[in-house]
Amino acid sequence: MPANETGPERDKEPAAPRYVITAENLTKTYGDVTAVDGISFSVPAGESFGLLGPNGAGKSTTMKMIGGVSQRTSGNLTIMGLDPEQNGPEVRAHLGVVPQQDNLDEELKVRDNLLVYGRYFGLPMSYLKPKADELLEFAQLTDKAKSKVDALSGGMKRRLTIARSLINEPRILLLDEPTTGLDPQARHILWDRLFRLKEQGVTLILTTHYMDEAEQLCDRLIVVDKGRIMAEGSPAALIRDYSTREVLELRFGSERNASIGAELEGIGERLETLPDRVLIYTHDGEAALEEVSARGLRPLTSLVRRSSLEDVFLRLTGRSLVD
Amino acid sequence: MTEPSTAGRAAGSASGEASASSSESPTAGRTLRAHPPEVSAAKARRWGAFYYAEQVLRVMKGYGWSIFLYSVGQPAAYLFAMGVGLATLVDTSAVSAFGGVSYIAFIAPALLVSAAVMTAATEFTFPVMDGFKWRRVYYGPHASPLTPEQIAAGQIIAVTLRFLLQSVIYFAIVALFGASPSGWGWGSVLVATLAGLSFGLPLMAYATSIKEDKGQFAMVMRFIVMPLFLFSGTFFPLDTLPVLVRWIGWISPIWHGTELGRVMTFGYEESPVLTIIHVLFLLGLAWFGWVLTKRQFIRRMGQ
Ligand SMILES: Nc1ncnc2c1ncn2[C@@H]1O[C@H](COP(=O)(O)OP(=O)(O)O)[C@@H](O)[C@H]1O
Ligand SMILES: [Mg+2]
Repeated sequence: MPANETGPERDKEPAAPRYVITAENLTKTYGDVTAVDGISFSVPAGESFGLLGPNGAGKSTTMKMIGGVSQRTSGNLTIMGLDPEQNGPEVRAHLGVVPQQDNLDEELKVRDNLLVYGRYFGLPMSYLKPKADELLEFAQLTDKAKSKVDALSGGMKRRLTIARSLINEPRILLLDEPTTGLDPQARHILWDRLFRLKEQGVTLILTTHYMDEAEQLCDRLIVVDKGRIMAEGSPAALIRDYSTREVLELRFGSERNASIGAELEGIGERLETLPDRVLIYTHDGEAALEEVSARGLRPLTSLVRRSSLEDVFLRLTGRSLVD
Repeated sequence: MTEPSTAGRAAGSASGEASASSSESPTAGRTLRAHPPEVSAAKARRWGAFYYAEQVLRVMKGYGWSIFLYSVGQPAAYLFAMGVGLATLVDTSAVSAFGGVSYIAFIAPALLVSAAVMTAATEFTFPVMDGFKWRRVYYGPHASPLTPEQIAAGQIIAVTLRFLLQSVIYFAIVALFGASPSGWGWGSVLVATLAGLSFGLPLMAYATSIKEDKGQFAMVMRFIVMPLFLFSGTFFPLDTLPVLVRWIGWISPIWHGTELGRVMTFGYEESPVLTIIHVLFLLGLAWFGWVLTKRQFIRRMGQ
C-alpha cells in the first residue's frame, strides 16, 4: 500500500503550502566532483522522509543545501516556500538541524549549549531556561546538565545535538545520519525519541545508510547513489517493487560460491552472487531451499528471511549499502 | 481499586494519555512557547552579530582570569622594567629626545598599542582556526538564523570589547605611574583598540583562508608582529632608525597607533596632517580587513 502518498490530513488551511520542501533538479558540484546530480523531490508537512544511500552518495550535501548553509550549483529549492539562498535566516529559523558531525561547544556545559543555541534565535532566557530543562529530560540527560560536553559518550552527544536542534520548536527537523557510530542500545533510544517527534507532527528529513533505520523511521524515502535518485517510495512499496517477498541466503564456502550459480539456475526469481554468499530471491524461501536440497546441493548454512531495503539497494546498484 | 464505568474509563484514559504526553514531550509546553520562526529570523537579522558576540564573551569568561592577569601583569612588568630601570639611564640624555617627556611617558602609549596588537595576533588567529577546523565552533551557529558575516562580526565585537577592557586596565596603571600627563590620555584606550582591529582584521581574513595549520601563526608572530613591535618607534623615535628600516614603521599599525597615542597622552607635537593620516591609515586597514574577512567567511561557510 502506498503509504502517505496523499499526505497528511491537515493541509486544509488554504495558505499553508502543500509541501514544506521541494527540490527540482538540485545540483551541487565541488570542482570536478558532482556531489548531487539533479535530484527532485517534495516533502509534505508531517512526513518522515528519508535519503538512503551509501557513503559519498550526496546525502549530506543535499541536507546542507536544505539547511541553507551550502549554496547549490543549479536547480530550485524551496523550504516553506522560501529560497534558502535568498532568505537564509528565515529558512533556518524554521529548521532544527542535526549535522552528521556533532558541533557542540565542548567548552560549555551541557545545559549551556542549549541556552546559547537558543539565543541565536533571539529567544529570551525566561523561555530558554525551562525549555532547556524540558529538552534535557527528553534527551535523558538531566543528570548531565552541569557536565562538560567532552565528558559525554557518543550517544549522549548525539542526543544533546538533537535536544539542541529542538530549542526553537522547529516543525521541520533535518537529521544527517543520526545514529551512525552508536551502539544498538543508544540507537534504539534515539529512534524512540524521533518517533515521539514524528507523532507530534514534526516533519523529519533524515539520511541514513542503515536500512533498518530507514524502515523504522521513514514513511517514504529516496534511494540515492552517486548523487542521483535510484528509486522512490515507502519502504514497503520499494521492497515490493524491487525485490521479492523472501530471500534465501546460502553459503557454500568462498571458493564454491562463485561457481555454484549455474547449478542453482531456475530456483526462485532471481539469483545474486556475493563474495561470501548467494542470495535467491523468491516468494517462498522454504520451497526454494527444498529445491536446492532436491538438486543434491549441500550449503554450509542456509537462511530464509524477508526482503529488506538492503536487497532493494543491491538490485538497483549491484552493490551493498554498507561496505 | 474499583471498576470504573465505561464512560469514566474512557475519560480517565484520555486524560491519562494527555498528561503522560505533556509531561514527557518537549513541545507540548503549558505556557512555554517559542516565538514563531518569523520573529526568530527578524531578531537574528537585527541582532545576530551581538548574539554571537555574547557567546564568544561567555567562552572568554572561562579564561577571564588569565586575560585579566595578562592585561595587568604585562603592562606592570614592562613599565617597571623599562620605565623605572631603563629610564634611569635614558632620562639622563636630552629631554627633547623623547618628545620632551620622561621615558616612561614616551613608551607608555606604545606599550598600550603593542599590547592590543599582540592580543589581536592571538584572538584573530587560533580561534578562527578553531571555528572552521579544529572544533568547528562556527558551524553550530551557522545552522541557526545567523549569517556567516554576523558570526565574523560577533567575534570581532567580542574581541573589541576585550581590547577595550584590557586597554582601560592598562591605561589606569599607566596613569598611576603618572605616565599620562595630558587630559586626553584616555583617548589612547580607543587608539589602542583601533590599532588592534587595524592589525587584527587583515590577519583574521588571512586566518580564514588557511585550510591546514602548518605553523603559519607562529610565523606571523615571529616575522610580522615582532619586527613591527621593534621597529615602530616603540622604544625610541622612528627617525632615529636608518631610512632602510624606517618604512616598516610607516606601514605598521603599531607605529600609527603609537604616534596617535602619544598625541593623546602627552600632546606630542606633530603635524595635524600626520595625525589625520594615522587615523585614516588605522581605519582604512581595519575596514579593508573587515571586507576581506566578510567575503572569506561567506565563501568558506557557504561551501
Ligand atoms: N566540501 C567538499 N569539498 C569537496 N568535495 C566534497 C565536499 N563535501 C562533499 N564532497 C564530495 O561530494 C560527494 C558527496 O558527499 P556527501 O554529500 O558527504 O555524501 P554522503 O553524505 O552521502 O556520504 C563525495 O564524493 C564527497 O567527497
Ligand atoms: Mg554524509
